[in-house]
Amino acid sequence: MADKLVTNARDLTNSEYFYGHRACAGCGGSLALRLAMKVLGPRTFVAIPANCMSAVSFLHPQISFSTNSMISPFAATGAVLSGIEAGARALGMKDYHVVGFAGDGGTADIGIQALSGAIDRGDRIIYVCYDNEAYMNTGIQKSGLTPYGSSTTTSPAGRNLPGATRMKKNMFEIVAAHDIAYAATASIGYPEDYLRKISKAAQCASTSYIHVLAPCSTGWGFPIEKTVEMGKEAVDCGLWYLAEFENGEFRLNRKPREFSSLEDYLKKQARFRHLTDKDMDVIKGNRDRKWKKIQDQWTV
Amino acid sequence: MSKKIFVSGDEAVAEAVRLAKPHVISAYPITPQTVAVERISDFVEDGTLKAEYLHVESEHSAMSAAMGAAAVGARTFTATSSQGLLYMSEVLPYVSGARFPIVMMNANRTLATPWALLSDHRDSLSQLDSGWIQVYCEDAQETLDMILQAYRISEDPRVMAPMMVNLDGFVLTHTYEMVELPAQAEVDAFLPAYTTINRMDLDDPKTVCYAAMNDYMEFHMKQELDMRKVPSVIEEVDRLYGDKFGRYYDGMVEQYLCDDAEVVLVTLGSVTGTARVVVDAMRKEGHKVGLVKLRYMRPFPREEILDIASRVRAIGVLDKDISVGYEGIVFTNVNSTVADLETSPGRINFIGGLGGRNISKENTRGMFNELLELARGEKKEKIQFVNARCEYHG
Amino acid sequence: MDRPKVVKYTPPECVEDYPLGAFQAGHLVQKNAGWRVFRPVIDHDKCIGCLRCFLVCPDGVIDKSGEKLEIDYDFCKGCGVCAYECKVNAIRMVKEGEEADE
Repeated sequence: MADKLVTNARDLTNSEYFYGHRACAGCGGSLALRLAMKVLGPRTFVAIPANCMSAVSFLHPQISFSTNSMISPFAATGAVLSGIEAGARALGMKDYHVVGFAGDGGTADIGIQALSGAIDRGDRIIYVCYDNEAYMNTGIQKSGLTPYGSSTTTSPAGRNLPGATRMKKNMFEIVAAHDIAYAATASIGYPEDYLRKISKAAQCASTSYIHVLAPCSTGWGFPIEKTVEMGKEAVDCGLWYLAEFENGEFRLNRKPREFSSLEDYLKKQARFRHLTDKDMDVIKGNRDRKWKKIQDQWTV
Repeated sequence: MSKKIFVSGDEAVAEAVRLAKPHVISAYPITPQTVAVERISDFVEDGTLKAEYLHVESEHSAMSAAMGAAAVGARTFTATSSQGLLYMSEVLPYVSGARFPIVMMNANRTLATPWALLSDHRDSLSQLDSGWIQVYCEDAQETLDMILQAYRISEDPRVMAPMMVNLDGFVLTHTYEMVELPAQAEVDAFLPAYTTINRMDLDDPKTVCYAAMNDYMEFHMKQELDMRKVPSVIEEVDRLYGDKFGRYYDGMVEQYLCDDAEVVLVTLGSVTGTARVVVDAMRKEGHKVGLVKLRYMRPFPREEILDIASRVRAIGVLDKDISVGYEGIVFTNVNSTVADLETSPGRINFIGGLGGRNISKENTRGMFNELLELARGEKKEKIQFVNARCEYHG
Repeated sequence: MDRPKVVKYTPPECVEDYPLGAFQAGHLVQKNAGWRVFRPVIDHDKCIGCLRCFLVCPDGVIDKSGEKLEIDYDFCKGCGVCAYECKVNAIRMVKEGEEADE
């Protein structure tokens, strides 16, 4: 159990609880799960809906979680977590965590109803959305968290469309609007910040939600060794942000003095390589509007 | 000491659930199941049922939450009906494949569209292939008894399969009857606390609901082989229950005056009550008619149906459902069993009660007459609609 | 090194022997080493023990329990995140089949 906050590699246990999985080399999602599991420890119940992480770690007889774990129905991560928690509570179990790891589609699209229900009940569960911005497991189709201009297999960029035509759903604030006890955004590009947030979620007596950006080299189209770097650049260029929602207040955790080059970040990825200057302007405009709101309304 | 109470079918379910003491209840309201989950929430509120009551946001989540709780070894209950059952249908084979003994009440109600809120069996019969045990009840007393038996059957280590207890919407859920309520101590003696190795365990971590790409077939062969043994467990539990509480239900199938019957009618659920009265009346008139109350649809009572079919000259199946493009679902099941006989009796499929259309004593007598005429060698239509408002031209 | 190990697994010989459901957690029967084209090699003289590689490895194959960092080559996929992220260039990616100290 995480009694004090884990914020660095030194405090992080050497033990691995998510190991020997078949994720692609350099998978950002698997790093997000691995680190969370190290913070949460051996007395953890894990539920994962259909996504890359369940597809690579529950291949009987090769089971990668050394803690209790199960695959949940795609739409029902929140409900399964609630059920586990209610069952464990009713049976008098003590000193454990219940965590779910759903992807962007599993959270913002098909799983949003069950997630909303779980937050509404306030069960002591941790819901982690690892966001790689498309349905990667099924072959890179557009999800509700696919950003504008991203070319996916169902939002192909072409002569008429720039790829996806909508901005990401604002899951963090949708979740916060439930008046959840604790919610945070994170990125595997800032692993220490992410560890701290998982630790805080572990100490939360009610429902908590962590939305972690988890770059996917296969789906985004960048060299596999740059997974963590891409997660960092997304934050540095202002397209993602590190924030928390606690006691009804939004707080920005990292305020870049100035943004790094948005164009550089985008052009490193095959999914954005087609973008025109006009598309760049759309993305920049959206980014700046978002940051204006953050500046005006959040504690920064 | 047991006592008599005057309750609706929904309330009988709630009383049975209180006696069974599940750890977790998850349910989403849908007419006509609602009174059951309302009463259960009353019991949780007043402390007479110590359970976690999860207010879920859908039937899909109701079943998923029950599964999460079952995955840590909790006894669970949920309830649904009609559209709600279909909304949770994704999770039904999920639960049965994972071998979690979840008990669910289903208030049989028809499916949209067109909308019609009354009872038929289209909802539950559409889920026959989900790996759930399915029992159909004739009255509130049987429903109460079957909820209690369901836990005992499902949780039996030889079974470990979920069970759906079906009762007809409104006809049973909303009508009042005198019901005998067993004493808690007696129920506790009949229904031991649930323990299983099929769960996640903090002291010896496990995975459940995993993928088995290479061995999927073997896992389901095991499920099927185990399900084949369930009829004997059902008979055993029925005897045990009867010995304890004085009510026997004849296990898989109740045969009413079938021993010397020339023709029999197969029914499911509450319509059996009407058919019983008609059989009594026709027997007095000298007709050798009998009634087969099909209690379980899964596992299917193959042996019993074969035995009955080998003795009669005509067998009618009353389906309160239709598999559009073919025939009644119960009929298909009965037929495939009867096909194993060298000489099979004549068969008619009566489709009635859709959307809650009444099936009267006269309608039932009409069905028996058709069967008697078929037995005498007259030609009959194989599939007949009962009590249709106007003619149809087949 | 303290990393999960592969165990010997014998598939059931008859259907009855399959588990009802619950199956042993953390049950590894195969390595992932075959995926690797380049393997990371730590230069311990350069390594300052900052644990950045340990932190960012998606597969958790870098073990910090000993005096020096160790890599579990049974499960390293050779993604190179560790080498890329190393602040002091103490990790080199070496093509499989080639010597590290050439």
